[in-house]
Amino acid sequence: MATLSGAFRRGNAAHSALVQIAFVLGLGFLVYEAATLALAHMREHHIPTDFGFWNERAGFDIDPHLIAYSFTSTYGRAFFVGLINTLVVSAVGVVFASLLGFAIGAARLSTNLVIAKFAGFYIEAFRNVPLLLQILFWYNGVLKALPAPRASLAFPGHIFLNDRGLFMPAPTLSPLGLSLPVFHGFNFIGGMKLSPEFVALTLSLVLYTATFIAEIVRAGIAGVPKGQGEAAAALGLNAVQARKFVIVPQALRLIVPPLTSQYLNLFKNSSLAVFIGYPDLVQVFAGTVLNQTGAAVPVITVTMAVYLFVSLLGSLAMNLFNRRIAGAVH
Amino acid sequence: MKTALLRLAFLLSLGLAAVFAAGAASAGTLDQVKQRGYLNCGSNPGLAGFGLPDSNGNWTGLDVDFCRAIASAIFDDPNKVKFIPLTAKDRFTALQSGEVDVLAHNTTWTVSREAGQGLLFTGINYYDGQGFMIHNRLNISSALELSGASICVQQGTTSELNLADFFHSHQMQYESVAFATSDEALKAYDTGRCDAFTTDSSALYIERLKLANPSQNIILPEIISKEPFSPAVRQGDDQWFNIVKWVGFAMFDAEEAGITSKNVDEKINSDDPTARRLLGVEGDFGQSLGLTKDWAYRFIKAVGNYGESFDRNLGVDSKLGIKRGINALWTHGGIQYAPPVR
Repeated sequence: MATLSGAFRRGNAAHSALVQIAFVLGLGFLVYEAATLALAHMREHHIPTDFGFWNERAGFDIDPHLIAYSFTSTYGRAFFVGLINTLVVSAVGVVFASLLGFAIGAARLSTNLVIAKFAGFYIEAFRNVPLLLQILFWYNGVLKALPAPRASLAFPGHIFLNDRGLFMPAPTLSPLGLSLPVFHGFNFIGGMKLSPEFVALTLSLVLYTATFIAEIVRAGIAGVPKGQGEAAAALGLNAVQARKFVIVPQALRLIVPPLTSQYLNLFKNSSLAVFIGYPDLVQVFAGTVLNQTGAAVPVITVTMAVYLFVSLLGSLAMNLFNRRIAGAVH
Repeated sequence: MKTALLRLAFLLSLGLAAVFAAGAASAGTLDQVKQRGYLNCGSNPGLAGFGLPDSNGNWTGLDVDFCRAIASAIFDDPNKVKFIPLTAKDRFTALQSGEVDVLAHNTTWTVSREAGQGLLFTGINYYDGQGFMIHNRLNISSALELSGASICVQQGTTSELNLADFFHSHQMQYESVAFATSDEALKAYDTGRCDAFTTDSSALYIERLKLANPSQNIILPEIISKEPFSPAVRQGDDQWFNIVKWVGFAMFDAEEAGITSKNVDEKINSDDPTARRLLGVEGDFGQSLGLTKDWAYRFIKAVGNYGESFDRNLGVDSKLGIKRGINALWTHGGIQYAPPVR
């Protein structure tokens, strides 16, 4: 490849273009041939190659489902249930990881030695343990140790915690009011429920990603030259004003780009849900739907496309944010 | 410039050659297995009685014996098998893609798997049905009392589908908690995440032994489905399909004819025409399958007949002590019935 890039530099534009066109055509031909062969092979062996299954009845249940879904719904509907579950975990994770990350990052720079040391200890402890182990720890080690539904921990405001999840009152639209969790039969019914799978996954993603965000925040703030603070002081700004108007806006320019990649990591890491039975996109679609239909190639293609599309969308949004907020300082 | 172009052309032609070579290399499965020197057998990652490796990596089980029988028929050596542990959700893709030659994985024979997923099932080697296990403390005695319960299940199985059918047809509510592996589902049930665990009845009795306090769990009487287990192969290779199918049939025929791993050397010299045909003294059934004349002799000697394999892995000679029940031969009050070798 060294020779190739050398040729691009040395050769004139026409040669360059010719080589590139030949390469793209050749590559396109290869991909086309490989795909045609693979499809022919799959058809010959009666392996599904298309999305004919999409509108077929799924036949299995998924809990939780945030859109209407039952076992009579289609595989396509199951896809959206899984996708929404992935997006919910990711969105909740991003919000809380940011809050925690910024707080810990600031604490790390605190002049109070105890707070700074504590923040440093937290970062080292949670950053260096593999995420999957943390998920399994919270799920199997902590949440499973909670009492059974009959012996639930009761908190003020009709909040109950047991090994089946966290049960809370939920607002209802028609009639306008409040649905309270009530113990009935095996468990609480009514109200809102957060399953242990959801809690373990979100908690692990937040605690893990926040360590990286904290380091990014610390580096961003530390990266603003010391003279900026001194200049702010010379202008008569107090410490809070200096941070708000001088330090943080400049730090954000350093923070936002690596922050974007941490958000995307959190989104992609949410697929570890499969190890604890949280019905995310990978578990529901690339797991159960793939298995019930046998359509491995279409299902995996769509799953990869979703992750790619959402990641690109996330990048785009963060780049726009970067240009508007952080890029405004020059 | 010229070098660069040449190199590019070389790379492209290399890639093309690779693609076409992959397309052309579709020799029969038997030839591939012989050339490789061993059979790739897709097995359950760990279900005592059906497919389980011990600490030394030695596999045992009814499905494991089946693969050893095929290997014996081909290589005259029951150890020329590589067991590839597959979760329920990965098993069909592994077979479709050619990662395994045969799937012997307590797998239920269904029309969608056969007609929709490019598989062929070769013959039922165990008749089962789905049941429920619950914690004793719940104090219920029927699956019909499970309305509102949380149920742990392994994803991508017929169990997951039957579960939905059962609860909806009885208009009962439930919460489905699906895990990728049976071990994870069982662990979640054991630690109290679910009120009940559901899978095939045989596996319920087997998995109960793994729990912290087996006696604190009961298996409910309802059987909510029929689960005929069968090994499977890919579609499109009739010779291989015949080999796997007839090794299975011949294991039943050997039991029916009273031929065991212990007496097979006497039977080969007997006048019994059934034994003479099966053991290759008369006729050339083995050769018509693409194997040798003594194909059945080889695996009966090494692995034994179906009854021996059942007793050793699931039945009276095993820790599980599962009764033959409907899995007894038709001549003994069961429904196991294989076409004759003749």
